[in-house]
Amino acid sequence: MVDNTTEKKVDGENGADEAHAYTPGLKVKKATIVDKMRRLPLLGEVYPKVGDMVSYADIVAKTEISGDPEIVKLAMMLGLEPEDCPQFMTKQIGETVEQGERIAFYSALWGLIKKEIKSPATGTIESFSDVTGQLILRGAPIPVEVDAYIPGKVIEIMPREGAVIETNAAFIQGIFGIGGEVHGDIQVVVSDNDQTLVADMITEEHNNKVLISGNMVTLDALKKAVEMGVAAIVSGGVRHDDLTTFTGEEIGVAITGQEEVGLTLIITEGFGMMNMSLRTFELLKEFDGFNASVNGTTQIRAGVLRPEIIIPHDIVEEDGGEGISQGMVPGTPIRIIRQPYFGAIGVVHSLPVELQRLESESAVRVVSIELDGGEVVTVPRANVEIIEE
Amino acid sequence: MATLSKPTEEMQFIIATDVGSTTTKARLFHKKDGEWRFLVAGEAPTTVEAPYEDVTMGVQNAVREIEELTGHKLLAPEGGMIIPYDGEKGVDLYCTTSSAGGGLQMMVSGLIKSMTAESANRAALGAGAIVMDVIARDDGRQTYQKIRRIRSLRPDMILMAGGTDGGASQHVMEIAELIKAAEPKPRLGVSYQLPIVYAGNKELRPQIEELLKEGFALDMVDNIRPVLEQENTEPARRAVHELFMEHVMSHAPGYNNLMKWTEIDIMPTPAGEGMAIQLIANTYKQNVMGVGLGGATTNVYSIVDGRFVRSVSANLGMSYSVTNVMKEAGIENIMRWIPFDLDKEEVAARLMNKMIRPTTIPQTLEDLIVEHSVAREALRLGLKHHRSIATRLKGVQLQRTISDMFEQSVAESYIDMMTMDICAGTGGLLSHAPRRIQSMLILTDAWLTEGITRMMQDSVFMMPHLGVLSTVYRDAAWSVFDKDCLLRLGTSIAAKGQAKFGEPVMEIDITMPNGKVINEQLMLGDLKLIKLGADEEAKVVVRPAKLYDIGAGPGEELEATVQGGVAGLMLDARGRPLYFPEEDSKRKELLLSWFKATDMYDEEALGRLL
Repeated sequence: MVDNTTEKKVDGENGADEAHAYTPGLKVKKATIVDKMRRLPLLGEVYPKVGDMVSYADIVAKTEISGDPEIVKLAMMLGLEPEDCPQFMTKQIGETVEQGERIAFYSALWGLIKKEIKSPATGTIESFSDVTGQLILRGAPIPVEVDAYIPGKVIEIMPREGAVIETNAAFIQGIFGIGGEVHGDIQVVVSDNDQTLVADMITEEHNNKVLISGNMVTLDALKKAVEMGVAAIVSGGVRHDDLTTFTGEEIGVAITGQEEVGLTLIITEGFGMMNMSLRTFELLKEFDGFNASVNGTTQIRAGVLRPEIIIPHDIVEEDGGEGISQGMVPGTPIRIIRQPYFGAIGVVHSLPVELQRLESESAVRVVSIELDGGEVVTVPRANVEIIEE
Repeated sequence: MATLSKPTEEMQFIIATDVGSTTTKARLFHKKDGEWRFLVAGEAPTTVEAPYEDVTMGVQNAVREIEELTGHKLLAPEGGMIIPYDGEKGVDLYCTTSSAGGGLQMMVSGLIKSMTAESANRAALGAGAIVMDVIARDDGRQTYQKIRRIRSLRPDMILMAGGTDGGASQHVMEIAELIKAAEPKPRLGVSYQLPIVYAGNKELRPQIEELLKEGFALDMVDNIRPVLEQENTEPARRAVHELFMEHVMSHAPGYNNLMKWTEIDIMPTPAGEGMAIQLIANTYKQNVMGVGLGGATTNVYSIVDGRFVRSVSANLGMSYSVTNVMKEAGIENIMRWIPFDLDKEEVAARLMNKMIRPTTIPQTLEDLIVEHSVAREALRLGLKHHRSIATRLKGVQLQRTISDMFEQSVAESYIDMMTMDICAGTGGLLSHAPRRIQSMLILTDAWLTEGITRMMQDSVFMMPHLGVLSTVYRDAAWSVFDKDCLLRLGTSIAAKGQAKFGEPVMEIDITMPNGKVINEQLMLGDLKLIKLGADEEAKVVVRPAKLYDIGAGPGEELEATVQGGVAGLMLDARGRPLYFPEEDSKRKELLLSWFKATDMYDEEALGRLL
């Protein structure tokens, strides 16, 4: 089952952490059970029942939020005291009005002075205040729908709120993304995980596809992808400058998903030129041509939400379980996530208990890692993540 | 006032926690030989979010770590702490602060942006809130824009001010109607009513009640600006605090249980931190500037002539918000603190990578210097924001006509670094800086202290804990604060002014504790560090050059007694504003000379970067 990752900061200064020396990594799973909670922001109606099968676009729940209010300064427009206005209102509280329809009419001096107030919008007259002379006109309710996002079976209904959909799928988490939920067939467009996705590689055939890159995607490729109607791009890295130019603004805080840039982009490793982890790349290659549900939404503060690629399939394979709670032990495969060995992959060699002094002169708990090439390096435990298998 | 398990003078063990947005930090305090001291710390991930959704789990884990380290049993099998201490196990008091799940998020409104809305803003900030937006009649937005904004926000609470008592009424009601029409929804679910505190014109209370009694949990308190000349934020601040407990905390996951565990009210973390800073000011009877430089936010506190003001910059921080510092400050401002060649895109990528993996720490000196550069900018921007909040009451000086009041320009902040006696910092980067001089120089560079300023910092993050403890047991809080928390870094002597590079700024005679007199002559661009221990004092006579001021006026001599610290006495003749050569190579050279003069970093490692 997929749930939120749990992160543990290893703080070496107050000496109380050896029992919990772990940092969970991003999930990269070939076959797992994915549960998705599809929930309304307000109470409403839920359509399916437990056991129903749903498709990507099926609406599972629907509600309405009250329409936008429009404030009409009636007393001011009529030139009257607020308490004198109600007698000149031609529509009463609770009545519906069309845009342009008369809502108040005032006539004085045998008709020499006439003032007609028309409704600025279609809606219902909600209230009138005889203190301020303001009339509140409520617009039509705004429907809010939640679709299934992934195809699968409904396993739980939250009455009036939504449903939980379950499917068997490959599940890959990225480190950062932009853009919301999309669907499309996976297409690997680079030959290797260290190859860059450039504009020339993208054609009309990639319309609605989820393109897989290697170490980076260029700004031109991002622009071309939008032009060609690509649904999403998954890449190892992206340059900070390119992302800023592409989105039109610098990303300040990692709360994303609402960008309207015509494309969902997920990076799996980090900023800069970064080879996509071989395991992630190979897995995506294996599912070339499969349909995937992709979401770039990232929220790093107050509840970690990482971008995701869900590839529903029927292959059932025993997976190694969650593995997070076991933490790091000698032999655990890990990735280094900060300079000077950023991106390097290896296995835990040893976990010294004593604090060690870094080049920065901080004394912290460290992990000794045997890199793929055989070299053994020492880094802070806070600077590694477990590669979940 | 809370009912305590035993009289404070009989207490022996106290545990305090801070439920932060990522980490729950527990601190155990113990009274030994009649003296309260910090004993040990335990930390665990906060469990406010799915799949746990129960903060008490994180609290238990953090406390369990203390149990493991001390062998002292603290947790009761049925949940909560064993209270009171029975000679073997348990504690006599448990208190906690919390900022989990985003802390207390508020929207405030007032009639005029620079008057009642500003007072409401200060009251909300003083209560420890993050202010999401300030709605006012003159905030420059159209009605539909304000409505759209209110609808998109999901605050925990609204504080509504407006009008003096017996003053404006119609316009205040207009804003109340606007808020009602927008139908704001509370952040933590749809099952309860959004609390609104009304602290405006008291004559409007019947109408406000009529308008807002349905759909909101309305509380009415004394006017925040009963008359223009007076700001009365305390009743509103108190109401915000009570509603925070009653509505917000009780709807956050697990807080109902946590509230039962504590004998005293849960306090928002920044409110606890603020109280700790106030403890310094109250004890020394001096003006204090304080800062909590966190991962997500930067809280700045000032106590000037007894007036306490807090500001929070919700998106300035060293991990989650690190790229927002880059966005707000501009990467060039960060780069100016780096004394070696580093590509701009490389710095940006590193900061982006820190943001997406916020718990990583610098391993290399190069990375540490980059983080220290960002910290200076976060602190600088935090102070800038604070200055916009710490202002004199507006609308008071020019009272001849209403139009005068509307036309007056923004009054200047009363924050003047020359009048600040103490600067204190807390937060991970400052508390965990490998060399103590680093936090002293970072604070000095960012805030540009002037005259004679004592510098302090939180040794191990526990200011919020001691702040909440001080509300019921001030003596214990101060004892731990004084002996274990508040690290005396030293004193900075900085001349205000700027003339030509290389020309004299000040001459100082320092009479050291052993009677030896040191004479220092400093030119523009000079920075020197004199060793003076934490328990030592020295007498200084400072003679600034004609264009420089040390606190007695331009060119005027000043005599003072200064305190030492773990870093020492810093003599700063770098100019105010700080002098930076335009030419890049000269900038780097000067920066390096400052680092060398203060022994800021390991010289050999620094040499390898050049």
